Amino acid sequence: MAGLEFKSPDVREQEDAAVVAHNTRIGLVLFAVYVAFYGGFMALSAFRPAAMSRPFLGGANLAVVYGFALIAAAIVLALLYMRICRKSK
Amino acid sequence: MIHESSLTAVLVFLFFAGIVLAISFYLGSRAKSASGYFAAGGGIHWFVNGIAFAGDYLSAASFLGICGMIAFFGYDGFLYSIGYLAGWIVALFIVAEPLKRLGRFTFADALDNKFNSRGIKLAAAISTLVVSCFYLIPQMVGAGALVQPLLGFPHYVGVIGVGLIVTLIVTTAGMVSTTWVQFIKGSLLVMLCAVITVMILWRGVTTKPTDANGQAVHVAKRDVPAAQVTGAPGASVLPEDGAWAGKPYVRVKNADGLVAVWRKDTAALLSETQTLTVRADGSKLVNGLPRGKKAGEADLHPVGYASKLPGGVEKTGPLGPFAFLRTMQDSEVILWNSEKITEAGGGVTTVYYQKPTPGSDFMAPGSSPTFKKVRGEKFTDKLDFLSLMLALFCGTASLPHILIRYYTVKDQISARKSTVVGIAAIGFFYVLTLYLGLGAMTSGTLDVTDSNMSAPLLARSFNELLFAIISAVAFTTVLGTVSGLIMAASGAVAHDLMTNFLKMKLDDFQKVKAAKIAAVCVGLIAICLGIFFAKLNVNFLVGWAFNIAASANLPALVMLLFWKRTTKQGITAAIVVGMVSSLAWILLSAQAFKDVYGLDPARALVPFSQPAIVTIPLGFLVLIVVSLLTPRHEDNPPVAAH
Repeated sequence: MAGLEFKSPDVREQEDAAVVAHNTRIGLVLFAVYVAFYGGFMALSAFRPAAMSRPFLGGANLAVVYGFALIAAAIVLALLYMRICRKSK
Repeated sequence: MIHESSLTAVLVFLFFAGIVLAISFYLGSRAKSASGYFAAGGGIHWFVNGIAFAGDYLSAASFLGICGMIAFFGYDGFLYSIGYLAGWIVALFIVAEPLKRLGRFTFADALDNKFNSRGIKLAAAISTLVVSCFYLIPQMVGAGALVQPLLGFPHYVGVIGVGLIVTLIVTTAGMVSTTWVQFIKGSLLVMLCAVITVMILWRGVTTKPTDANGQAVHVAKRDVPAAQVTGAPGASVLPEDGAWAGKPYVRVKNADGLVAVWRKDTAALLSETQTLTVRADGSKLVNGLPRGKKAGEADLHPVGYASKLPGGVEKTGPLGPFAFLRTMQDSEVILWNSEKITEAGGGVTTVYYQKPTPGSDFMAPGSSPTFKKVRGEKFTDKLDFLSLMLALFCGTASLPHILIRYYTVKDQISARKSTVVGIAAIGFFYVLTLYLGLGAMTSGTLDVTDSNMSAPLLARSFNELLFAIISAVAFTTVLGTVSGLIMAASGAVAHDLMTNFLKMKLDDFQKVKAAKIAAVCVGLIAICLGIFFAKLNVNFLVGWAFNIAASANLPALVMLLFWKRTTKQGITAAIVVGMVSSLAWILLSAQAFKDVYGLDPARALVPFSQPAIVTIPLGFLVLIVVSLLTPRHEDNPPVAAH
């Protein structure tokens, strides 16, 4: 099909296999960190719901603090990933 | 409740729609080639793509459904926010870059990259169509459900209006205009919600809310001695017969013949309820009077206020973000439950009764009917919750309309950067949902019959203009997501099915034409689905779409990337088994029995409603077994898609 692209040729990026492998490895490590954190939230909600309703930090309960922490962690890990990947280029 | 329509809302919406359509026509010339139409020529800036991710992802269900669920039940709605955001971690760390590296226009491209298998193309295209249709229904039904109270038109007008505008957007400039609609909508939604959150914190929490005009909101009576109600001059107590027998209600007829229903909190103390009766002839009564706004008619009272605040104060004044959450945790709020009673004459009365709920209860998981079993003792009761959280986590990175956005940027670094922008914007929005929901819970403007209206009504508690703007943004929200879905479906038809599977010889121009015709057809189907399923609860449909997407697509995507032994037969089988098993499970679940077929949920054939916890592992298992049973693929390095 590429030959039929008269407006915008299909330019593929040239990539270094080592960089791809490095980024993939970092991605998997950070993914594992988040899965453990998210899994902890699911387990606490399902098996220790009472603990989630107790005040935890500054009067807010564990459910709220953990929920916000999960959202913040996603943003922090995403920024971290971007930073580490950039170094490898 | 009867909502007054707002001309300003109509005008603001037409203004947004006008801008979007003008951009679409202006950009139309850039989408003549297949690459331009399907992937905006790969020339979208990563920041624009990141915000467009937010515009694509934050659907009407996210916005209205989550706010409504938090406003009615508390923390449980926020579980969706957490799950929806967490799914982006899978997208960023596992899927984004390989998908960009391997594919060209559609998700099937990436899966099929090293196999060139017609089976994979067909299976992936069908799964794209199924997931997109499941996702389209709640969006279209949501558009119809909003248009009536917000803009004053009947349901079908909303569905047809949204369907036509979106089809026009998609057919004029494909992914280029879709991207800009999503960018505008994403920015508007996040900024507007941030402004409203600041207003909520500034207002604080009160036990005596007022509306936008400063009028006190009706506070339903509580702890009234039974003797005072039944012993009033001219009052008589109706017998507890028929469907009312054994129920915790007292029906009191006053001197004018009007029947009020009180709930027995204890033997001696009663609390005020609200009733909505739909008689056999279809006419409606509210609290015993004909439903309406005129003299001699009645409408349901708006609800939503705290009954006890920390320190016994009546009003907290402005609060910081943490102080607001702490205050809610230590307060008691009047939530409302309902019970349906079928009268002897065929009419149905819904009794809405007060349920004073402490913050320690509604600020923790398990406060809503959906997740209440999580507080139970039995392990199997918790599986529904775990399964939904798993589906939300795995579903995001498997949604075709999200995945195709990766082809609109120029390289993998841009794909990565735009995901990070998307995560930041979406994460910020989901933090705001907790404030919006809790703000609505105590805004004094909630409609007990319709949780989806909570966010717009919260805005109305501040002023009419804000209400008009948020209503218009809610519609623009539907436009953004629906255009992404129609794009994904039209790409599946024109690129995957017609060009790649059926091997039709289409040149670039014909391919774009085919995609546009497909978009018109999908747009028409979406309109029909929106009208046909008008009565369906929109919230769980989105959860179902996540379940199907995760079960059908994720095992194939992940194993293709990380297991060299994966074969084309393995991928095809995993998609088909994942899709069919999750769909079948959903159709046989208690939720479908109750809400779709109107049957007794106890007769459901599967033990819980959310299939992901079973069907995602099943997809992986099928892929592994079939791959091991079929010959290994010649190890070609990945090449550009065909």
